[in-house]
Amino acid sequence: MGIFQMTRTVLRNLAGGPDTRPYPAVPARTGPFTRGHVTFDPATCRSCGLCSRRCPCEAIRLDKEEKVWEIDRMRCIACGDCVEGCPFGSLMMEPEYFSPVVEHVVERYTITYVKPEKPAKKPAEESTGAKEEGADAGA
Amino acid sequence: MPERIVVPFGPQHPVLPEPIHLDLVLEDETVVEAIPSIGYIHRGLERLIEKREFTEYVYVAERICGICSFMHALCYSQGIEEIMKIEVPDRARYLRTIWSECSRLHSHLLWLGLFADGMGFENLFMRSWRLRESVLDVLEDTSGGRVIQGTCKVGGVRRDIGAEKLAEMHRALDPFEEECRDLGDVFLNDETVKYRLQGLGVVGKDDAYALGAVGPTVRASGVAIDHRETGYAAYGDLGFKPVVETAGDCYARCAVRVKEVYASIDLIRRAIDQIPEGPLDVKVRGTPDGEYFSRVEQPRGEVIHYLRGNGTKHLTRARIRTPTLANIPILVKMLPNAQLADVPVVVLSIDPCISCTER
Amino acid sequence: MTVNEEQTIINVAPEDLMREVEGLQAGGYRLVQIGCTDIGGAYEVNYSFDKDYQYRNLRLTVGPETEVPSISGIYWGAFVYENEMHDLFGIPVVGINIDFKGTFIKTVEKYPFSVTRRGGDQCRNA
Repeated sequence: MGIFQMTRTVLRNLAGGPDTRPYPAVPARTGPFTRGHVTFDPATCRSCGLCSRRCPCEAIRLDKEEKVWEIDRMRCIACGDCVEGCPFGSLMMEPEYFSPVVEHVVERYTITYVKPEKPAKKPAEESTGAKEEGADAGA
Repeated sequence: MPERIVVPFGPQHPVLPEPIHLDLVLEDETVVEAIPSIGYIHRGLERLIEKREFTEYVYVAERICGICSFMHALCYSQGIEEIMKIEVPDRARYLRTIWSECSRLHSHLLWLGLFADGMGFENLFMRSWRLRESVLDVLEDTSGGRVIQGTCKVGGVRRDIGAEKLAEMHRALDPFEEECRDLGDVFLNDETVKYRLQGLGVVGKDDAYALGAVGPTVRASGVAIDHRETGYAAYGDLGFKPVVETAGDCYARCAVRVKEVYASIDLIRRAIDQIPEGPLDVKVRGTPDGEYFSRVEQPRGEVIHYLRGNGTKHLTRARIRTPTLANIPILVKMLPNAQLADVPVVVLSIDPCISCTER
Repeated sequence: MTVNEEQTIINVAPEDLMREVEGLQAGGYRLVQIGCTDIGGAYEVNYSFDKDYQYRNLRLTVGPETEVPSISGIYWGAFVYENEMHDLFGIPVVGINIDFKGTFIKTVEKYPFSVTRRGGDQCRNA
C-alpha cells in the first residue's frame, strides 16, 4: 500500500541515536581546508602591503612607519585572498571558528621582522675587513 | 455574492525561508487574487560594483544567496572571461562542474525538506536534511566552506580536489544514491503526499512559456528549457538532457526536482571519471572592456549576469536577474482557485529564493 | 547536446518598440528580462528575448524624464521588471497592468540607482 513507505526509516530512527552534534558543547566539525580564521606571524612580515590591498572588505590595515599590522575580525570574511597573496608566507588560515564576541575587536600586532645584514659588496682583498665593518655598523 | 476579505501572507511566516509578502483576496476559503510585494531584503548589491574591483566582485557575487552561491560566482566569472577572451583550462572546467552539481544536489535536498515541512511531514523534512549534511561535508572538505565555497575566481578555480578525494567521492556516491532513491520514493509514491499535491496550482504549457517562467517550474509544464544544454563549463563534454514532466501541478514540480537529483548524481559520477589533468587557472591580465550576458542554470532556473566594462578596473554595470524574479508572475497566476491552507505549498513549489530576487 | 547560442543587439527608437515586441512575440520568443544601465546622463533600457537559446536584445536610449510605454499588454509577466525599473531608476513607465506606483521595492533613498543619485557615499562601516 502506498502509505507505508516511511516505515523502514522510522524504525531505523528509533533504533539509532541522534544525528546532530550538541554544539557548542562539542566543537564544530571542520575539514582540513575549512576557512575558520586568519593568523599572522609578525616575525616574517616585510610590510609590503599586498594583503591590505587584496582584502575585499578592507579588514587589514598596515602602518609601515609604526610597524603595526591590524586586522578587524568583524570585517574579515575569511575568504583567504590575503593568505594567497602574501609572498612571504606570514598569513595562515586555521580551521577553528571564533566564538561570538560582544564588543568590536581589532587585533594589532607589532611587526618584529628584522632585515638580516647583507655583507657589503667589496673587491676580494678587502672582503674580510668589509664584513667586520658591516657587522659593527648594524650592532 | 460572497464577501471578500484580504489576508496578508506576511513576510514573517513559518514556511517561508525568506521574506516575501502576498496580499491574498479570499472569498470564503478560496483565493481569488494575489498581489505580491517584495523589497524586504534589498541590499543594493548592484551598486557595489562601483566600489569593488572586478576581481574582488566575485566575493560579493558569491554572497548574493546562500543556497545557490557557487553558481552566481560561476556566472560572473564566465561573463568576465568572455569579455576578456580568457580560455579556462579543462581541469578547472570539470572542477567547476563537479562543484555546481554538488551545489544543485544540496539545494534540491534543502527544497525537498522545506516542501515536506510545508505539507506538515516533519519526519521527511529531517531525513532530507540529514542526507544534505553528507553533501555539505563533501563541499567543506573539498573547498573550505559549507555554504560559501569561495573556490571560483576569474580565470579558473582557486583550489584543487586531489585524486584520492575524488576516488573517495566516487565510492560514496553509490550508497548515497540508494538513500536518495528511497527518499524520492516517498515523495513520488506515498498516497498522502500525492493526495495533497496532485491537481494543485496547475499551469498549462503555453501559459508557462508566455509568462516567462524558468527552471523546474516551467519544465514541469512540459517546456524543455535547460541552459545546461548550451554546454558551458564541462556540460558540453558530458552531454545532458533536461528532465521534463507534463502535468504542470505541484506534484510535477516536485517530481522534476527529485529526478534532477538522480541526474546530478549521475553527472558527478561521469565528471569524476572523465576529469583530465592540467593547470587550475590562467593569469588574468588587463581589464574588461565590452559587454556580455552570461547565463547559467541554477537550481531554480536561469540566472543572467549582464556585465559591462569600459577598460578600467571597476565595471560600469552588473545587472543580475535571478530565476525567482522571473517566477513571480507565474506564482500570481497559480494562486487563484487554491484553498487558503494550500497557499504555503503553492508558494514553496516555485522554490522562492528571495535574497537572490532582491539582491 | 551543445547548442550554439548567439547574442544579437538591435537598437530601436521608442516609437518602434511596441511594433518590434509584437513581432518577436508572434515569432515565439519569450521575455527574459528588462534591464537598465546608466550611461553618462541617460539611460539605456535593454529588452531581452530568447527562443531556443538564441538571444535577442532590443536597446532603447532615453533621457531621465522620458516616458517609456509598457509591454505588459503583450507579455503579462513584464510588470515585475517595469516596476523594478521605475522604483530603482526613476524611469516613468506608462500603462503597466499591475502598477505598484513606487511601492514594489521600498528604499530609504528614492530612485537609488538614478543618474541624479548621491555619488561617492562610503558604506557605513568604514
